[in-house]
Amino acid sequence: MAAKLCNLGMCLSRRNIYSRCAQWVQTGLCRPFSIQTRTELGVPSLLTSPPVDLLTPDEEMMRESVAKMAAEKIKPLVRKMDEESCMDQSVIDVLFQNGLMGIEVEAEYGGTNSTFFIANLVIEELAKVDPAVSVMCDIQNTLIVSLFRKYGTKTQKDKYLPRLATNMLGSFCLSEVDAGTDAFALKTAAVKQGDHYVINGSKMWISNAEQAGVFIVMANAKPTAGYKGITSFIVDRGTEGLMIGKKEDKLGIRASSTCAVHFDNVKVPESDILGEIGKGYKYAIEMLNEGRIGIGAQMLGLAEGCFEATIPYTKERKQFGKRIFDFQGMQHQIAHVATQIQAAKLLVYNAARRKEAGFPVVKEGAMAKYFASEVAALTASKCIEWMGGVGYTKDYPIEKFFRDCKIGAIYEGTSNIQLNTIAKCLEQEST
Amino acid sequence: MSALRVLVGCKRVIDYAVKVRVKPDKTGVVTDGVKHSMNPFDEIAMEEAIRMKEKKLASEIIVVSCGPSQCQETLRTALAMGGDRAIHVQVEGKEYEGLQPFHVSKIFAKIAQEEKVDLVVLGKQAIDDDCNQTGQMTAAILDWPQATFASKVEIDSGSLKVTREIDGGLENIKVKLPAVVTTDLRLNEPRYATLPNIMKAKKKPLTVKKPSDYAVDISPRQEVLSVEDPPVREAGQKVESVEQLVQKLRDAGLVA
Repeated sequence: MAAKLCNLGMCLSRRNIYSRCAQWVQTGLCRPFSIQTRTELGVPSLLTSPPVDLLTPDEEMMRESVAKMAAEKIKPLVRKMDEESCMDQSVIDVLFQNGLMGIEVEAEYGGTNSTFFIANLVIEELAKVDPAVSVMCDIQNTLIVSLFRKYGTKTQKDKYLPRLATNMLGSFCLSEVDAGTDAFALKTAAVKQGDHYVINGSKMWISNAEQAGVFIVMANAKPTAGYKGITSFIVDRGTEGLMIGKKEDKLGIRASSTCAVHFDNVKVPESDILGEIGKGYKYAIEMLNEGRIGIGAQMLGLAEGCFEATIPYTKERKQFGKRIFDFQGMQHQIAHVATQIQAAKLLVYNAARRKEAGFPVVKEGAMAKYFASEVAALTASKCIEWMGGVGYTKDYPIEKFFRDCKIGAIYEGTSNIQLNTIAKCLEQEST
Repeated sequence: MSALRVLVGCKRVIDYAVKVRVKPDKTGVVTDGVKHSMNPFDEIAMEEAIRMKEKKLASEIIVVSCGPSQCQETLRTALAMGGDRAIHVQVEGKEYEGLQPFHVSKIFAKIAQEEKVDLVVLGKQAIDDDCNQTGQMTAAILDWPQATFASKVEIDSGSLKVTREIDGGLENIKVKLPAVVTTDLRLNEPRYATLPNIMKAKKKPLTVKKPSDYAVDISPRQEVLSVEDPPVREAGQKVESVEQLVQKLRDAGLVA
C-alpha cells in the first residue's frame, strides 16, 4: 500500500496533477491552480488542497489584464474624478468594453461567462487604482447582475442581462432616511392597482444612481405583513415619476455617484417584479451576504494600492543619513501592516472561493468584509504617517486612499453589524 | 487576392516595468520569480494582424513563441487578443539561454512555409536582448521582401504599402507579398485581452513543437562572456561661476 501511494506520488507530474485537478473541479472538490507557480516554489506535488492565494493561469491572466488596463486608462483620471466628484464616461466605457461589468453573465447574454472569484479579483485590482471605480464595478456584478441571474424570469434576463453586460449600469435601492441597517423600517410602498403597482417613497444614498439605466427597488407591497411584504421591483430610468435627487458631496469614493432617488406614483407592471412578492427582504439579505465579500475585496485592493504607493518612498527618502525604510521602528510597522494585508487577502479569497464552491459564506463574508475594512483603515493611516508631510498632500494618492477607506466600515452592513452577524453564526455553531 | 494567412511572433520577455538585475555570476539577468509579459512590439504586431482580420484582409492569425513552457501563457494572451491558433516551440533551460535570432528566424521561416502564410508580422525587436535581427533574418531565409520599422501598413492587391520610420523621417515603400513586416512603436495602440476573450481563448488550439520538428539545429553560435550592470552615474557638482566651470573642465583635461 505504501509503495502504491509512493508510486501515485511519483506519477503525479505536472500534467497528471493538472488533469486530476480538472476532475476535482468537475466534481466540485477542488479549484484549479497554477502548476507552474507551485513547481517553481518547490511545493510537494501531492497536495489535496492548493493554497488559497495561488491563482490559476486564467485568473492570473485576467488579473494582469485588468491591472494593465487600470494603470493606463483609469489611473491618469483618478485625481480629476475625485476633485470633480464625477465618474469619467471613458472609465465606464472601458469597464464595459473589457467585459468587467457582467463577469458572471453567461456568454449567450454577451457576458464574460466567468466566476464570482474573478469578479472579486477584478474589484480588488480596480481598488488598487481607484476604490470609487471599484465599487461601481462591485455593485454591478455582485448585486445587480446576481439578482437578475438568480431571480429574473427568462423575459427579464433576455431584456436586461445583455445590456447590463455591455452598456447599462444598474442601481440597488434599499436604504431610506429611516431604514438603512434596519431594513424592517422600510417605508417605500407599492400599492396594487389592477395589473400594476404604484410605488411611492424616497431612497437615500443610492450608489450609481446618477448613471444607472435600471433600478432594483425594494418596496413594501403588503405593509400588514411587515418585512414579508417587501418586494423587489425592476424600474427603468425614465419611468414617469422616478426622479434622481440630490447628489451627495462625500468624504471619499467621490467619483462614485451617490444620490437620493424619489418615487412619485411610479407605475410598475406586475411583470416587472423580480422574483416573488414578499421575498424582497430575503433576496436583499442573501445578495448582501455574498456581495459584502466584494466590499472586502475592494478594501483589500485599497490597502494594497496604498501600501504599494508608499513603500518605494520609504526606500528613497533619507533622514539622518539612512533610508526611512532602514529604521527598525519603521520596519516593524511596515512588516505588521504587510501581515495584516496578507491576512485580509486570505479571508477575502477564501470567502470568495467558498461561495464559488457552494459553501455557506454568511460568517466568512462578514469576517472578510469587517477585517478588510479595518486593515484598509490601518494601512491608509499608517501610510500617511510613513510618508510624512507629502503623504498629507494631494500630490500623492495616499490621502485619497485615507478618505476612501472609511466607507468600508459603513456600506453593505456596518462593521458593528458584521460583528453581530459573526456572533449570531457563532451562537448557532455552539448549540 | 484572397485574405492573408498571417504569422505573428510573440516573445515572452521580462515585463517592461521590472527593474532588471544582473545575476551574481554575470552570466545573464535574474529571471526566476520575475514578472514576464509579451514583448510590447509583438503586442503591436498582434494588434496589426487582428485589425487586418477585422477588415477581412486576413483569414487566419497563427501565433508562435519559442521558449520555455511559460511561453504558453504569452500565447494564451495572444489568443485572447484575437489570434486563431498557437504554436509553442518548446526550448527549455540552458538551450533557451543559447537561443538566438539566428535560430528563431529559421524556425519562423519553416513554420511560414509549412503553414503557407502570406505575411509574417514581428516586433522590430524584443525589449530583453534588443537584437533587432529576427525579422530581417526570417525574410532573408525565406527570400521574401522585408518592411522593417513599420509605422503604417496598407494592403494593396498582392502587395503592401508600408511607411517606415527612419532617421531622416518617414520612408514609403511597396513590397510584394509574401513579405515580412516588423513593427515600430507608433504603428498602433494594442488592445487589452478582455475577460470574455480570455475565457474564449481557452478553447483555441495550441500545438507544442520542438525545434527538431522543424529540423533546426539550435546549438549556440555565440557565447555570452559576461553581462554587466550599466555604470552608476556619478553625482554632479555645482559651480559658482563660468570661470570656475572652465577651470574644472581644464583640470579634467576636457578643454585646452
